[in-house]
Amino acid sequence: MISEGLHRFPGGLKLPTEKGLSNGHESLITPLPDEIILPLKQHVGHPAEPVISIGDNVYKGQVIARANGYVSLPVHASTSGKIRDIGLYAVPDALGLKAPCIKIEPDGLDSWCDIQGVGDFASMDPLTLQHVIRDAGISGMGGAAFPAHVKLKEGTQTEVNVLIINAVECEPFITCDDRLIREKPGYIVAGTRMIRHAVQARRCIIAIEEDMPEARDALLPLLDDDIELITVPTIYPQGGEKQLIRVLTGLDVPSNGLPIDIGIIMHNVATAAATYRAVHRGEPLISRYVTVTGHVPSPRNLQVLLGTPVRHCANQCGYQERSGDSIILGGAMMGTLVRNMHMPVIKSTHCILVKRVLNRAPEMPCIRCGRCSDVCPARLLPQQLYWYARSQDQDRLRKHHLFECIECGCCSYVCPSNIPLVHYYRVAKNKINQHEKSLFDAMQARQRYLTRKERLAREAELQSEKRPDTEATKTETQDKKAYIREAVKRGRTRRRKNHGHKGDVSDE
Amino acid sequence: MNSSSAFSSPHIHQAPSVQQVMCQVILALVPGILFSTWIYGWGVLIQCFLAVLFAQVLEAIMLRLRKQPLQLFLFDGSAVVTALLFALCITPYTPWWINLVGMAFAISIAKHCYGGLGQNIFNPAMAAYIFVLLCFPLELSLHPAAGHYPGLRDTLEIIAFGIQGYSDGVSGATVLATLKTGLDGMGMISEIRTSPVFGQLAGKGSEWIPVFWLAGGIWLAYQKIIKWQVPAAFLAVLFVISLIFYWYDDSHYISPLFTLLAGGSMLAAFFIITEPVSSSTTPAGRIIFASGVAIIAYVIRTWGNYPDGVAFAVLLMNFSAPIIDRLTRPKVVGET
Repeated sequence: MISEGLHRFPGGLKLPTEKGLSNGHESLITPLPDEIILPLKQHVGHPAEPVISIGDNVYKGQVIARANGYVSLPVHASTSGKIRDIGLYAVPDALGLKAPCIKIEPDGLDSWCDIQGVGDFASMDPLTLQHVIRDAGISGMGGAAFPAHVKLKEGTQTEVNVLIINAVECEPFITCDDRLIREKPGYIVAGTRMIRHAVQARRCIIAIEEDMPEARDALLPLLDDDIELITVPTIYPQGGEKQLIRVLTGLDVPSNGLPIDIGIIMHNVATAAATYRAVHRGEPLISRYVTVTGHVPSPRNLQVLLGTPVRHCANQCGYQERSGDSIILGGAMMGTLVRNMHMPVIKSTHCILVKRVLNRAPEMPCIRCGRCSDVCPARLLPQQLYWYARSQDQDRLRKHHLFECIECGCCSYVCPSNIPLVHYYRVAKNKINQHEKSLFDAMQARQRYLTRKERLAREAELQSEKRPDTEATKTETQDKKAYIREAVKRGRTRRRKNHGHKGDVSDE
Repeated sequence: MNSSSAFSSPHIHQAPSVQQVMCQVILALVPGILFSTWIYGWGVLIQCFLAVLFAQVLEAIMLRLRKQPLQLFLFDGSAVVTALLFALCITPYTPWWINLVGMAFAISIAKHCYGGLGQNIFNPAMAAYIFVLLCFPLELSLHPAAGHYPGLRDTLEIIAFGIQGYSDGVSGATVLATLKTGLDGMGMISEIRTSPVFGQLAGKGSEWIPVFWLAGGIWLAYQKIIKWQVPAAFLAVLFVISLIFYWYDDSHYISPLFTLLAGGSMLAAFFIITEPVSSSTTPAGRIIFASGVAIIAYVIRTWGNYPDGVAFAVLLMNFSAPIIDRLTRPKVVGET
């Protein structure tokens, strides 16, 4: 069943997939929870700005926070009800941090606001279509949660050779894309055509894994020769953007580059389904498929309104919180271990995994066996990165391309010494980013200091030259005042220039 | 593992532990050790036993001195592997105190002074072997004749009190040493090979020991404990160089097969140069490392003062491993 003419990416692992736990059951539409908590930031970029106030009544699908800047998305109410609070609530985060959220008390009616779809997308201007997608609040739903329109916009600026719709769900346990395709194949195919129109792609591929034959059979009858359905073997982390591009096209995304640099755009299959709903029906992104699996009584997939507490989802599968259990949001390889189940499901939550026993073997010293570099899909040297991360050698880390690491976890998975390698890389990446920021701040401070010193020197000079107040000195003082004004102006423009430069580095 | 890293992804793990890796190496050595015992007598087993005993005691002392958790490191098996490899290099007649000195050097200096498990720059077994070889050349030059060795009691006495009382009857030079002395005396290989220490291919009887190393090594490669490219590169390079010289002058240069089957070639190929800590870690680097050991070992064997050069070659390449690593970093995906 595997398609022909595929390429291989370096490294990777055959993992026990554990998909059978959850992919056999029809997805369940989750009943309304007692409260809906919608974080203002469910995506990469700037948080949205609330446009409602406490006590307002909102309808399902109504905008309750608007996008703030280009890399930002609006937030829509996922059910009708009353705004109870705008404040800090637990969000999906490893450290258990709180973030600004809007809390809705559902009224139980679940009544929609006025929504209207676009009749004929094919005759629309691609840019307008992108706006529709943006206004629906659609972000990448495969995990990274990058606002979808940013990637679509790249397609307007550059010619797109291939659009890849990624249905390669390579993480163990997760089956939400599989279930979505089986249950809503029409949404996906239609959504794919819409995204294709929005980026004007020449070629369009839906990539699916070998172990999803039912999903494949669901899609096949709906496809015309405009979309290729390609089946790839099941190897982790094949669903990674760069890895899948390599497998399908044989091309490598340049390091530090983006897929668009080689004329490719990739979107997740759930993003395609959300696009269909947004364009055809005018429905914003307010729900998604979530896999609840692991040590729960009846693992399955749920259709969940965004903002539904994780606990409510787990309860639907018969799970009650037990001390000692580990709750992981996301997959076993890349998911985030969270401390409780208070946080809501957000746009990028694809899996709630309950594990009874986590890997708690002791960490031993590295014996340099090299298994990690054998499995690294980016062909990095995880072992060297580990040494340099421990010695905080930032130059070497950069020379060994630390930032090419996609944190897939293959290296840690196979490490005989059980070293949490990915953890070391994450810490090192943060340190380097912080260091870069502090360097930049220091440069700015230096500039400020120099400007001030210059000014003070000039003032001192003026003081010493002060003469009795005659007509002549008066004009001279005026001249000097003009001179100072000029100097200040120069200083300001210089500062502004630096500020502009800062934008390049830290995305301010 | 500190508390924050324990919560970091990935949350699943599937790999043999360090202890399991070491156990597999030990298991792979067992057939060869037993066969060597059959050829060379009880001495082999006694040396192995003593070395392991010394190594474990010294390991415990060093761990205690370094305030490392004993139960985590004492049974990781690394000291046992070091001990066995060392015991297989020295002669079965080695006095016990030389064995102790060697193990003390391997465990305390070559391993723990550099930071313990995973931190040693030099292969501890080879460093220790070179150390005792340089300190006690005489004691280490006497080997039992293959298939003709004293009984358990006599062997124990030799190891405990020295070989003085036994001398000529039970000991002789190794096949490589005989060859070296012969060639230095301007003999032709065809004449030297008439000496009774030679068998069909290499040393009489001992020529079959490498087959057991080979079998153990292939099993390790199959288990993915060692990388097959390393012994393959080593043996190929060794074979090719000796073939070139053998073609050039077969009366003064030994045959490639002899090179592979005599001395420590095969043991080194699968168990010594595959020790990952002190060798190169990049894919290309490993090939360079193995080839380097092969070339240096051949040079020392053929033109040097020592009959076998593998141990020296390993240490010399250990020096070079860091620079090899740096020069052979593979290009990451998408790097131009």
